[in-house]
Amino acid sequence: MSALWRQFRRNRPALAGLTILALVVALGVGAPLIRPGDPWAEIAQPDLWPGEDWRFPFGSDVLGRDLLSGLLHGARVSLVIGFSAALVAGSLGTLTGSLAGFYGGWLDDALMRLAESFQTIPAFLMAIVIVALFSPSPLTIVLSIVAVSWPGVARLVRAETLRLRAADFVLACRSFGMGDARIILTQILPNCLAPVIVTISVMVASGILIEAGLSFLGLGDPSQLSWGTMIAIGRGSLRSAWYMSAIPGLAILLTVMAINLIGDGLNDALNPYLRDRSK
Amino acid sequence: MPVLAAAAPLYREPAPAVLPEAVLTVEDLTLGLGSGRKLVDTVSFTLRRGRLLALVGESGSGKSLTALSLLGLLPDPPVRIQSGAIRFAGQDLATLDPAGWRRIRGAGIAMIFQEPLSALNPVMTIGRQIGEAVRLHTGLTGRPAEKRVLELLDLVRMPDAARRARDYPHRLSGGMRQRVLIAMAMAGRPKILIADEPTTALDVTVQADILDTIADLRAEFGLAVLLISHDLGLVADHADEVAVMYAGRIVEQGRSDMVLDWPAHPYTRGLLGARPTGGQGPLRQRGWPRLAEIGGQAPGADAVLSGCSFAPRCLAATAACRSAQPDLRELARGHRVACIRVGAFE
Amino acid sequence: MSAIAIGFRLPPYARFLARRIGQSLALVFCTVLITFTVINLAPGDMVDVMAGEAGAADAGYIALLRQRYGLDQPVPVRLLHYVEQLGHFDFGYSFRHNKPVLQLIGERLGATALLMGSSTILAITGAVLLGIMAARRLNTATDGIISVLALLAYATPVFWVGLMLILVFSVKLRWLPSGGMETLFSGLTGPARFGDLAAHLVLPAITLALFHLALYTRLLRASMLEVLRQDFIRTARAKGLPERIVVGRHALGNALLPLVTMVGMQLGAALGGSVVVESVFAWPGLGRLAFDAVGERDLNLLVGIVLFSGLLVITVNLLVDLLYSWLDPRIETQ
Repeated sequence: MSALWRQFRRNRPALAGLTILALVVALGVGAPLIRPGDPWAEIAQPDLWPGEDWRFPFGSDVLGRDLLSGLLHGARVSLVIGFSAALVAGSLGTLTGSLAGFYGGWLDDALMRLAESFQTIPAFLMAIVIVALFSPSPLTIVLSIVAVSWPGVARLVRAETLRLRAADFVLACRSFGMGDARIILTQILPNCLAPVIVTISVMVASGILIEAGLSFLGLGDPSQLSWGTMIAIGRGSLRSAWYMSAIPGLAILLTVMAINLIGDGLNDALNPYLRDRSK
Repeated sequence: MPVLAAAAPLYREPAPAVLPEAVLTVEDLTLGLGSGRKLVDTVSFTLRRGRLLALVGESGSGKSLTALSLLGLLPDPPVRIQSGAIRFAGQDLATLDPAGWRRIRGAGIAMIFQEPLSALNPVMTIGRQIGEAVRLHTGLTGRPAEKRVLELLDLVRMPDAARRARDYPHRLSGGMRQRVLIAMAMAGRPKILIADEPTTALDVTVQADILDTIADLRAEFGLAVLLISHDLGLVADHADEVAVMYAGRIVEQGRSDMVLDWPAHPYTRGLLGARPTGGQGPLRQRGWPRLAEIGGQAPGADAVLSGCSFAPRCLAATAACRSAQPDLRELARGHRVACIRVGAFE
Repeated sequence: MSAIAIGFRLPPYARFLARRIGQSLALVFCTVLITFTVINLAPGDMVDVMAGEAGAADAGYIALLRQRYGLDQPVPVRLLHYVEQLGHFDFGYSFRHNKPVLQLIGERLGATALLMGSSTILAITGAVLLGIMAARRLNTATDGIISVLALLAYATPVFWVGLMLILVFSVKLRWLPSGGMETLFSGLTGPARFGDLAAHLVLPAITLALFHLALYTRLLRASMLEVLRQDFIRTARAKGLPERIVVGRHALGNALLPLVTMVGMQLGAALGGSVVVESVFAWPGLGRLAFDAVGERDLNLLVGIVLFSGLLVITVNLLVDLLYSWLDPRIETQ
């Protein structure tokens, strides 16, 4: 574990990404402290540019909502949805992938056909349909992200399971009577962990992007102010007050980039590790 | 310490032969990493019209690097020519720029490599790949170029050339692929062919075939050949001259019959004792053990050497051997050795 | 091969084709199944929506509608009915637009195809140029800059890029129009019309292309690096070929193969992205249609579009597979 960290630490961009992400998380967590109150509240003079009024460092939108408050609360929304969706998709994908790879046969065929079908329907369209049909809410948004993300994990885990199923140490475990479930949980899954972790980190990023896209189109959680919603609101003032759309977009950009860098760093750090362990 | 029998009766001095003209001369070539560690140390040899010089040695001896340097294909960085000269067609290739190299490659000097499958572009037919070389070096296009491609394939004795030209590399056998590479090499009518372990990846029966084909090309076109190999059987059958390399230096060099029948350097003796043909030669009588039985390994790239590089493994080494690197000295006309203990045998 | 064998066995390529088509059909069935499940899981159905809009909550009327649209049948029967409909290329009927869904799709397909086609061409061309540049100048400043730009483009939300591009090129610089496919009522014809179309196409195509450009550049760079390490590149140099031919013909020819597969795989993502891009740029395509359908609660249309997209992706994947096996001679389709 510490060897992993040391390897990761050497990757400067990844470290930068981690720092940025930590900052975003801190801001999101600290939102109620830094800017208590409702981000929807119209407390400022409308159309304030950043820097005009020191009380509202990022300015205000067309109805006088504080942009800083929106940014902070939007961070919470994005992160919570991104991480929870990634975790659920990761778990679901791991479950199906390991079962498919381990048992093979018709189960494998069925599950993989299912996964493939989910992958052929364009991801964002599928997300839109799910959210639209079941009414936008944090749950449906997470569900829609899970629906489009789980096949990727499933295929990965299935491939790894297939590879490991025939490995010597698994055969050894079988030979002294270890049950299937235990084999999968204790032998196979730990060895899949590395690529799955990398995939999950990428899924957080894509989850955030999907959520932003949904909110922009008006399919976001109506009670929460998300970065995507802010951009949609700011769209109306694009000509005169473009900062309203630009700033939340930059926030998304930075956060997603940070996560991607971390994912790359994890990938690099885990790969030689992987090679050694599988020997 | 094995008893070193008295030197064999000096082999009859060969009748002085009129050597064919020199085509390429390597003078004291030294290759190394940057300006530091030397990988090839003051190597000199001459390639002559129609003759085959075999560069022999273990992996890591520097023979492949030497070959690559003759075409400007050194992996630079990190390996570069530190000093020495390569004289060809009135130029010193060691000082050539990229444009100059492109003119030489294929037209003056050509090279074939060890793994014929990976040496061919998998998504182009072999006819097209040879055709590319033909167009480049002769300026022919269209039908005349195709004709030329078929001529080249006939030259290398490719069966059913017309059909094969439309095949992709993975469809051909190893021997046929190597023939394709030779055909491609000959497209520019080069003066020199460098063959880097051309048969190592092939069957024994095919190996002889390939080298016979090369021998025919030597006879017909006066092609000078530099053969890199660790297969002494092949070398014995086809080489006119042999140069034995160890740890980046040439330790023994000369006419092949001399070097192979009466090896003087302890390393060469060890190599020849290791021949699978049973070592019936004079070696056995001398009681010099096979190289494998001597044990030890060639020095790695980061070993710092003072004295003879073979000394750590040499059964005849003395203190003097460990203090200074021996130079190549003429043992007899056409036979040179870098070993101070050889004189002791005479 | 004896005469009898030829009679009973298909040539290897045809067998490969048959197998792939079979797989695709299975996939189609699964997709239909999923779509159907999603439709039926949604709370409330079409009839509720219609009744709600008509304002008539009469139970008898609702029951009548249900019967009319076969919604009172048990699920398996409805599935069968649905599949049967699809077999007749009936993707449903849109009540909002009062047209069959398929017809609506047909009207908008051209615009989306134009947008996606041009953005794909942009992305591939850009990726080839940048990928080669980065691979040849490995680990230099150029390589670093390209990698950073790719990273940025990959992390940027598509709709935001669109808005920013509009801001810069449309609002501030006034070089390009900010939306729509053509200037309405301009009466332009011929080359002038083509130019107008092109001007409207530029920003949306670039917006859609950016994400994929980043992805393909990374892929191509890695692919080139891999290929340039191979032995046959050394052979090509040893032949005396100029470097630009070694890289441009031998290396690129091999490095493009993984790209072909990836482009096929990305079609789905591009279709999804087009929803957002078309919304931002008011481009009259399928994506916009889908988005409008969401707003109008036109579930039939929405689901019809989703199904159509899925089928399109399956078909394209099949074609890409065939293309790949044709391009790479090492694939023996036996």
